[in-house]
Amino acid sequence: MSGVRVLVGTRKGAFILTSDGKRERWDICGPHFAGWEMYHLKGSPVDPNRLYASQTSDWFGQTMQRSDDGGKTWEPVGNEFFYEGDPGTHQWYDGTQHPWEFKRVWHLEPSLTDPDTVYAGVEDAALFRSVDAGQTWQEFPGLRAAKGHLWQPGAGGMCLHTIVLDRNDPNRIFVAISAAGAFRTDDGGTTWLPVNRGLKSEYELPDPDADVGHCVHSIAMHPARPDVLFMQKHWDIMRSDNAGDLWHEVSGNVPSDFGFPIAVHAHEPETVYVVPIKSDSEHYPPDGKLRVYRSRTGGNEWEALTKGLPQHDCYVNVLRDAMAVDSLDACGVYVGTTGGQVYASADSGDSWMPIVRDLPSVLSVEVQTLA
Amino acid sequence: MNEMQVQNQNQTRNQSQIRVMLPQHLRTLAQTGREVALQVDGPVTQGSLLDALESTYPMLRGTIRDPATRQRRPLVRFFAGKQDLSHEPPDTPLPAAVATGDEPFLIIGAMAGG
Repeated sequence: MSGVRVLVGTRKGAFILTSDGKRERWDICGPHFAGWEMYHLKGSPVDPNRLYASQTSDWFGQTMQRSDDGGKTWEPVGNEFFYEGDPGTHQWYDGTQHPWEFKRVWHLEPSLTDPDTVYAGVEDAALFRSVDAGQTWQEFPGLRAAKGHLWQPGAGGMCLHTIVLDRNDPNRIFVAISAAGAFRTDDGGTTWLPVNRGLKSEYELPDPDADVGHCVHSIAMHPARPDVLFMQKHWDIMRSDNAGDLWHEVSGNVPSDFGFPIAVHAHEPETVYVVPIKSDSEHYPPDGKLRVYRSRTGGNEWEALTKGLPQHDCYVNVLRDAMAVDSLDACGVYVGTTGGQVYASADSGDSWMPIVRDLPSVLSVEVQTLA
Repeated sequence: MNEMQVQNQNQTRNQSQIRVMLPQHLRTLAQTGREVALQVDGPVTQGSLLDALESTYPMLRGTIRDPATRQRRPLVRFFAGKQDLSHEPPDTPLPAAVATGDEPFLIIGAMAGG
């Protein structure tokens, strides 16, 4: 019987939630790595028992973990992320140049074809890859060559937080960096282009149409339409129909176009989910109502999904990696909050229920659909 | 202490059997107990002790010292004999009581928070 496994990273450990295909009853296992910040956990699409996890601590730095049994047991793997050559400098908050310094791994993206290959997005922003199941990591320095000296950290640090792989073209990868923008490679990672044309950052950048410097929060793609990308920017929900060559705004009628995550329905490429947040300084939902917004038209027209979600006095946030979808029929949607709840919908967002509550603040949510 | 115990103690001291106490999170990571015993060849310094620790427990590499700079992480402290040795240069000999195994070398996660 089919089922799902939800991988939840929190400020104080990781939790693994499992259910059958009905997604009504949930078993909760954890905390794994108690007391550590678990920025992201993700499973290989090729081998669902192969999981990778980013384990980090202000005290003890970055550690990486791998599981080969679906999260029952874990093994520390390589944690040395060395930039290629002299990484040089990037813009600092005060306008000076600042040396590139590795801080942590924000996002892990396992290969679509090889369980031993996994990509890591790190702070200070760079893309690394391991081809030996996480034992060693090599950087793609060509990314930093895409005007890296002009990148600068946002309030959350200069992190590479989004990695989108193209199932149809293994040489094409999209990444997003705060606060540098979106970038694309078409040659397997050797060279990279900023793909930020059409983004406008009137109140964040002196040149609102700048080539780099935009604070992209998340990018989502439906695997069947790899040229269509959806983006939640700092402000604005954006869409590109040509693999990022040009973006246009599709914020439409959302109550706020600020937010962090964005996701695409597993079976409907024009169905998109966002979680509006009031503003860049007020990181909670407008009006104290946690509402996931769904567009069935690829943007512009959005409907509030509220059934089962708190609709008063709710002041949590949903971080960029804390929304995911499963590929069951009907598509499941999962949202984790900084208040420690994970809400799930087993009907494409029509109704929701908390599948766990009172966890530490949720940093990331990923879902594996199990055969 | 009988003759055999004295002989064992002298043997341990000659081999520089160092006692190191780990903070909770590193014990969990290394899957070991609160105190570990290390063999350190040559002069017993902070650097040689940490080299031996990382050699025995490779999963601790990068957790105490930054893997690129080899500098102590800012929120890690080193205590021994009721002294804070965190700011000592890494090649400074550790106190004799640590080198002989009479006193443990403590690796501490610094106090942080409000």
